[in-house]
Amino acid sequence: MARTLRYREALREAMVEEMERDDRVFLMGEEVGHYQGAYKVSEGMLDKFGPRRVIDTPIAEAGFAGVGIGAAMVGLRPIIEFMTWNFSAVAFDQILNNASKLHQMSGGQFECPIVFRGPNASARQVGSQHSHAMEHFYAQVPGLKVIAPAFPADAKGMLKAAIRDNDPVLLMESETLYGVRGEVPDGEHVAPIGQAQISRPGTDVTIAAYSRMTHVALEAAATLEQENISAEVIDLRSLRPLDENTVVASVERTHRLVVVHEGWPYGGVGAEIADRVQRLAFDALDAPVLRVTSLDVPMPYSAKLELACMPQAERVVATVKRLLARGRG
Amino acid sequence: MQLDNPTAAPEAKTPSLSHARPSDDVEHLAKLYRQMFLIRRVEEESARGYAEGKIGGFLHLYIGQEAVAVGAIASLKPGDSVITTYRDHGIALTKGMTARALLAELFGKATGCSKGLGGSMHMFDREHHMLGGYGIVGGHIPLAAGVAFASKYRNDGNVTLCFFGEGAVAIGGFHEGLGLAALWKLPIVFICENNEYSMGTPLSRSMSVEDVSVKAIGYGMDRDRFFVDDVLEVERRIGQAVRRAREESLPTLVEVRTYRFRGHSMSDPAKYRTQAELDEHKKRDSLFLARSSLLEQGFGEPRVEQLEQSVEAEVADAVKFANESPEPGLDLLEATTYSGPFAY
Repeated sequence: MARTLRYREALREAMVEEMERDDRVFLMGEEVGHYQGAYKVSEGMLDKFGPRRVIDTPIAEAGFAGVGIGAAMVGLRPIIEFMTWNFSAVAFDQILNNASKLHQMSGGQFECPIVFRGPNASARQVGSQHSHAMEHFYAQVPGLKVIAPAFPADAKGMLKAAIRDNDPVLLMESETLYGVRGEVPDGEHVAPIGQAQISRPGTDVTIAAYSRMTHVALEAAATLEQENISAEVIDLRSLRPLDENTVVASVERTHRLVVVHEGWPYGGVGAEIADRVQRLAFDALDAPVLRVTSLDVPMPYSAKLELACMPQAERVVATVKRLLARGRG
Repeated sequence: MQLDNPTAAPEAKTPSLSHARPSDDVEHLAKLYRQMFLIRRVEEESARGYAEGKIGGFLHLYIGQEAVAVGAIASLKPGDSVITTYRDHGIALTKGMTARALLAELFGKATGCSKGLGGSMHMFDREHHMLGGYGIVGGHIPLAAGVAFASKYRNDGNVTLCFFGEGAVAIGGFHEGLGLAALWKLPIVFICENNEYSMGTPLSRSMSVEDVSVKAIGYGMDRDRFFVDDVLEVERRIGQAVRRAREESLPTLVEVRTYRFRGHSMSDPAKYRTQAELDEHKKRDSLFLARSSLLEQGFGEPRVEQLEQSVEAEVADAVKFANESPEPGLDLLEATTYSGPFAY
């Protein structure tokens, strides 16, 4: 049996279940308690668990990210909520220099079982400083894991897996996904980190995406189907580790790949996938790997310009057609 | 020497080193002197190893500051944690790391405390609750608050000591760490080892207020401030803060005025200070003050020499061990990057 939950409810269920299961797990962040969560992800959790385990912080990301890492070093399992990943920029040093390095620079003596989570990438007209796709920065760092589920079932299952993981895991959510509904299995549901999933099978082209862009890719695939183009959509789910096998196997069937993500085109997850696919499946490719990303500028406020900057289904459709035209020509 | 003592109890008068003490106190002082002497000798061997090319990268020596680590850690219980900066050798040794593990780490060997992966700035010893040396100024201060947070969360009665230099007082991590520790009443002692220079910049050119301890006032935190001369005084004064942390779960900021006899690191010739200034500070070397005090209290020159010879033997053994140990294998790299399978 399954129930229909919103993405935010799925995240909450994961946290509540893991906190009920393990006293070492706690939630810390700005407005997570009395305010019930800036995006209501933690609604009701303060009442349920009390202020020992649902901890409001002042606006001090470097401070409370560091507190989480220190607590994780000595055996607790913190969930640190960033009100948005944009604000993690002032805690970048904590994640880069402490969370990702502790295990190695201590010769394996210390572990850092911590989850950092919060909404990532663009919302709606929140301007240049609140629209960053931070996963590209973090996925580059060995020692970290970065996940970006698109559906409520994965949001729940992967957050539970992240909380049980002994390495630091960064969960990228989206303000525009919190209200999305989806079926979530009843009972214990833990989804593995590091496995992509084929969200829609197809034969002519592979579209790889994650987080909210998986929904954009599915929308593009539906449009393409009306023109008799069969697109396979891969929901990557996990960015580090990256399930290159699923992508390569798909490309070996479709011979073409488009990667869709928010964030800038210079470097990043799309560039990484393009590198791996050309190395691992060069002979299977009928065309270059193309990327549909945010435009290479800071995010503007204007609704019209913001839409133009963000990857849209139309741009994905146009890119796929360009790719197919080349392959057939 | 007392600078300012806004929080200490009235009986907290600075004792003179020549005060007669019961014999168990003499034995205690001898133990502390041995720890200080061990640090001094290990650091001298580190300098030698660096000159010989056996130690690479940065090397920040603790010579001159020994009484801070030794006095502070003497006030702890074994389950208490310490965490510090890149100037971490003295603190690691005092918390229980062996000279072998420390020198082998400096020599980049697999038998080092961090298997040769950490180096001079990253001394970790889980067994002895030495939670590391950190290379980003101020970055470890929130971590220290997190360790104390865990103690309060679990109600385990342990205290965390967080060491840093006065150079860390300008950066955000210091203020966020202290702010959260005060807000949440965490069992922690922040120890500012004020050695007067943040690398080559003297206090007068780096801080608008030279008294670091007053930063505590803004956070509603207890504070203390004193010179390092007497290791027993360090133990007693830090001990008051440790008791406050353990019994009342309250943080304290303690500024210990000290001085490093070497440059910031081995590549620093320390041209920003005069020989006369250095000589003046060396006259107050807390290591020699402790030695003189032992003799004055009748510990006896032969026993002091015997103790020093045992340190020499320990250090010689550690150098030999470090020299003869194997280098780490490439297989360690991915295996220690993640606790679970490598995530690529």
